[in-house]
Amino acid sequence: MKLTQGCFSFLPDLTDDQIYKQVQYCLAKGWAVNIEFTDDPHPRNTYWEMWGLPMFDLQDAAGVMLELKECRRVYGDRYIRISGFDSSHGWESAKISFIVNRPPQETEFELVRHEVAGRAVRYTTVRRPAPPTAP
Amino acid sequence: MNAHTGTIRGKERYRSGVMEYKRMGYWEPDYVPKDTDVIALFRVTPQDGVDPIEASAAVAGESSTATWTVVWTDRLTAAEKYRAKCYRVDEVPGSPGQYFAYIAYDLDLFEPGSIANLTASIIGNVFGFKPLKALRLEDMRLPVAYVKTFQGPATGIVVERERLDKFGRPLLGATIKPKLGLSGRNYGRVVYEALKGGLDFTKDDENINSQPFMHWRDRFLYCMEGVNRAQAASGEVKGTYLNVTAATMEDMYERAEFAKELGSCVVMIDLVIGYTAIQSMAKWARRNDIILHLHRAGHSTYTRQKSHGVSFRVIAKWMRLAGVDHIHAGTVVGKLEGDPNTTRGYYDICREDFNPLKLEHGIFFEQSWASLNKLMPVASGGIHAGQMHQLLDLLGEDVVLQFGGGTIGHPMGIQAGATANRVALEAMILARNEGRDYVHEGPEILAKAAQTCTPLKAALDVWKDVTFNYQSTDTPDFVPTALAAV
Repeated sequence: MKLTQGCFSFLPDLTDDQIYKQVQYCLAKGWAVNIEFTDDPHPRNTYWEMWGLPMFDLQDAAGVMLELKECRRVYGDRYIRISGFDSSHGWESAKISFIVNRPPQETEFELVRHEVAGRAVRYTTVRRPAPPTAP
Repeated sequence: MNAHTGTIRGKERYRSGVMEYKRMGYWEPDYVPKDTDVIALFRVTPQDGVDPIEASAAVAGESSTATWTVVWTDRLTAAEKYRAKCYRVDEVPGSPGQYFAYIAYDLDLFEPGSIANLTASIIGNVFGFKPLKALRLEDMRLPVAYVKTFQGPATGIVVERERLDKFGRPLLGATIKPKLGLSGRNYGRVVYEALKGGLDFTKDDENINSQPFMHWRDRFLYCMEGVNRAQAASGEVKGTYLNVTAATMEDMYERAEFAKELGSCVVMIDLVIGYTAIQSMAKWARRNDIILHLHRAGHSTYTRQKSHGVSFRVIAKWMRLAGVDHIHAGTVVGKLEGDPNTTRGYYDICREDFNPLKLEHGIFFEQSWASLNKLMPVASGGIHAGQMHQLLDLLGEDVVLQFGGGTIGHPMGIQAGATANRVALEAMILARNEGRDYVHEGPEILAKAAQTCTPLKAALDVWKDVTFNYQSTDTPDFVPTALAAV
């Protein structure tokens, strides 16, 4: 399964050149750029780990690309995303978010159904255990 | 035209009998509206031979304190404060016999936080008034003091995006088709396929409530199975607008509670349930952290014709106050009425914190929203993936694009239809952010994306020539004129 969170998950994985252009778009808008990573991409996991602080006041996306390279070196086996944060009044929230690194084996989810009265079901999305590897 | 007619004051004003409205204090060309006044702009078409000033004063009178004759009981009140005051009447450019009447209402005339009360005054009586051929409420200026008495959108665009974890692109939806007749089990299948294929939302149509072919509980149960399956299959938050429209508030609350118990992130209502019911549901949605989608069912009966009714821009303002999170606001390029400039005006009303006066978009007043949440416009009706560049250009990023037929009618199936739309959208956002001239290069951008996405290629082939080019009936009365540089 391909995890389809973020702005560009239905496109082929972005090249570094494409990532650079998206980051430059964020910087031109005056947004702070943030790199985050996780091994738990559950749709309700809001807080991925921060790779340092959000980068404020950058002019050139090259600085972000250096940090991304470093993050990939350490956490290349995890999901990494870049987001652009707009602090202007009325938004004060992320304005873009996209995945820039995926683990070799993507995380799979499955549903746990807890059946209750009246045919209703309480659903829980849980991570599917990785298949056993050959000894 | 804006001359005094001599308001009669003092004892003479209250002599028994009939008096012209324009002399009773409803026409005050020197009046300067207060910051706290509600202002309404009407398009007045008087009957032949009726003085436009008198007709406009009558509108002010009949939408505030007046009746057809002088009453002595006015003298028991601060009557002059409570009289709505028409303070300006202009000829409508290019429309002989029609006049724009500006009318100011004191804030004390309105119950705080009640759309029902506001509308009972402003549109309550006056639209059937005999001396008028036709009357249309074109726009309103709502003072901040009044705006602040309303809850506003239960969730708002910012929090909706945070909850859904979706940023930087329009959201994608589809209305389940056929809109009537599917069983709950088959209906849920469409929900699952469309969401798994890449849509963020699916949607009940306006007239899907609880019918012999599918009762509401059955629909909700199967739909939520589809939503949760798709969520687990994609690792992405998904939703379906469960329409809780019903005959009574008790029924609607029951359905909404059930949707909440099943874990739905959104419920839906139709405009035809009425303003009070809408406000009740908005409060319910705020209390329960659920997004509230509004389908504007029925609005075209009174919004479409320019001479009579209520402009949709006014309805949009009322709905932002009333507190819905989504409102259908037109597509421009799709199958339903929508002039580009007029539609732009609606979108600005939904999404901006401040609307400047912009006559070419049909916006007659500055309007501050005083940090009331933003309302997500929804574009639905006859749109498809091949129009993605136009949609993004005309409607922007904070919008739900609903491709019903454009998803479910895909030749390779519903999942493929959803994927085609999502790929087209992401490719267009990527290109826009890279600084490309995506409006003109749109077809090439789509063709390139289709090289690695067969479903998109099929969608472009099937619908490439589909457009709906008809004349709009509701267009702005003002066009910007280019001034020669000096």
